[in-house]
Amino acid sequence: MMSFDQNAFLIIFTASMISISCGLLGVFMMLRKMSMTGDAISHAVLPGIVIGFFVSGSQRGLEVIIGAGILGILATLMIDWLRRKARVQLDASIGITFTLLFAIGIILINLLAYKVDLDQECVLYGEIAYLPIDLWITGGGQNMGPRIMYLALLNLILVGGFIYLFFKELTVTSFDENFSMVIGIPAGVINLGLMSMVSYTTVSSFEAVGAILVVALLVVPPATAFLWTKKLNQLIKITIGIGIGIAILGYYLAYFFDSSIAGMVVSVAGIVFLASALYKSKLFSNRFGTSTKQESFGN
Amino acid sequence: MSDFLYFFTFQDSSIAFVVIGIILLGVGSAYVGTYSFLDKKALLGDAISHAVLPGICLGFILAGTKNPVYIVSGAFFSGALATFLTSWLRKNTRLSEDAIIASILSIFFGFGIVLLTVIQKSGNPEMAGLNQFIFGNAIAILEEDLWIYGGLAVFIILSLSIFQKEFSLLVFNAEYGKAIGYPMGLIRLVFNVLMILSVVIGIQAIGVVLMAALLITPGAAARFWTDKLGNLVILAGIFSAVSGVMGTYISFVLPQMPTGPWVVVFLSFLALISFLFAPKRGVLSRYISRRSYLKKTHQDHLLKALYRALEAGKKNMTIEEIYEAYPFQKRESDQSIDNLISNGLIIKNQSIISLTPKGKSESKRIVRLHRLWELYLNEYMNIAPDHVHDSAEKLEHILTPELEELLENRLNYPKLDPHQETIPRDHDEL
Repeated sequence: MMSFDQNAFLIIFTASMISISCGLLGVFMMLRKMSMTGDAISHAVLPGIVIGFFVSGSQRGLEVIIGAGILGILATLMIDWLRRKARVQLDASIGITFTLLFAIGIILINLLAYKVDLDQECVLYGEIAYLPIDLWITGGGQNMGPRIMYLALLNLILVGGFIYLFFKELTVTSFDENFSMVIGIPAGVINLGLMSMVSYTTVSSFEAVGAILVVALLVVPPATAFLWTKKLNQLIKITIGIGIGIAILGYYLAYFFDSSIAGMVVSVAGIVFLASALYKSKLFSNRFGTSTKQESFGN
Repeated sequence: MSDFLYFFTFQDSSIAFVVIGIILLGVGSAYVGTYSFLDKKALLGDAISHAVLPGICLGFILAGTKNPVYIVSGAFFSGALATFLTSWLRKNTRLSEDAIIASILSIFFGFGIVLLTVIQKSGNPEMAGLNQFIFGNAIAILEEDLWIYGGLAVFIILSLSIFQKEFSLLVFNAEYGKAIGYPMGLIRLVFNVLMILSVVIGIQAIGVVLMAALLITPGAAARFWTDKLGNLVILAGIFSAVSGVMGTYISFVLPQMPTGPWVVVFLSFLALISFLFAPKRGVLSRYISRRSYLKKTHQDHLLKALYRALEAGKKNMTIEEIYEAYPFQKRESDQSIDNLISNGLIIKNQSIISLTPKGKSESKRIVRLHRLWELYLNEYMNIAPDHVHDSAEKLEHILTPELEELLENRLNYPKLDPHQETIPRDHDEL
């Protein structure tokens, strides 16, 4: 078991890439206090995925990614419309938007049940365990390796590139939207760009980890990292570290308990998060005198 | 059509059970949800509804079957743990509330998925029923389930009704409640328990993912129609019950359809109608009142211009002069002139426009309000005379006769405004 297992390596490698992509975007979502919007988007892309499946007839189609991207942006705009134009409070706008779009997605799955190779369970938790047998065969019949691994790699390159190129813009708009407007950075455009990347990442990852567990990877590693540091660079590094760590641990625990790998990765992330919170909490620092000074930052 | 009659005449007693169940749970969760909406904690309901999944699975593992008592207790405990962790993290870490809620929601759901797959691989034949808890199937509600879910719903509705005062305090002004000696901590605890219970009773019919909608949407929609708490709660309950029955009907006619999504779609449809068409708060009615306000201000400005001409010794203005005074607003100006004519405030002869006696008194009123307000700002707020015009330009349209009377009194019926212009009264001649 402990010898080099190629399948284990491929799964862990892919899961790490997915959680790094999600974590990188999640850091900026968290700083903008938009973690719940990320949650909403990952539920809301479902109808886009289903329609994309239906149009393209396969899960490989570009239509799926486009459909989900459109729905993700639509969800962002709908939340914004409800908040600004209809003056519904923000938390309710988010709740109404994602439940409606998710409901429509489930209805579409059931309506097109015989035409679309997509079921409710797959949407919920994906199955990364089948990754090694879902291969990308080129036109010439050459076996290139697991298809989802390439999707995750492409996703990571695009997300990494997006954040590298727009690092300054993302940082400034996250911390001070008004200042960014003054120095000529269009905060709205950057925001929509970030939301599009989140939608795209959700779609690219949902086959492996399911639409809902993407949320966990978006939110939990950055939140854990935020407990340990306040510096943006550190935040990103720790998030990446956690992403890789939970992928490795999650895989072997899932193997041990014979359960969903994605679910286990998230459970491990949850344990790391809660343990960090406990260690960094007032409770712990008072009792053991560690020097974790509490500040009212991000209260 | 025969399906429709069969369903709504309740010939089948099991349909009657389902409908009673869905109405009770709809009203109960809408009731709790309205309070949490007013408390601006709507997303906590979302977190709880995802967080009950591991409890459902644990209950199933312990009981070995879909025993409602085990499932409900399991769901309740994991919901309670999630609520506790959320408030603990809020107090003890510097994470923002939305990051905490999103984390708790997804961690619990992830753990639930782990348990679900473990059960799946154990090969238990009852497993098929467990999936219903994710998306909901109201048709599967049996009589014994109804006693538990319905009973809990009635319990929620009764508790909220009896302690309405306490919960209103919690939602609207918890600090005040504390100050006058209410045990706010305890009330918050009881409220959280009711909220978790309302999620728990909905999981069978609506499913854990979409249960959040039943908590959030009815209250948000009803809020557009009324300002009274009592009406709000009743309306939210009605929205929720109607959508619940409609959704159940759909999954009765199309058995492969889960109930939850359809209930949510009907509910969201009602909410959308409320957002768009509700009187006063709706998008449409606010648009209309904004338009009519803009129209009124434009007409007021025209009357003022005519009055100023009178002050300068001109009995009338040509239509070109008016167009010139309001450049790029030719269409609005034409509209205002038409409206003023039909209200008998001005008369138009060829292209010469002059005030009628009624129009004169109305234009005096507007100018008077403008100048009174300028004087008030100058005398009582110590604002320089060259800074008072903009504020008066806005307030001249909305000052009421009562306020006018107060201003006159306070300023002791002044003759001149800060710019040394006469403040016109009705009996003045020009």
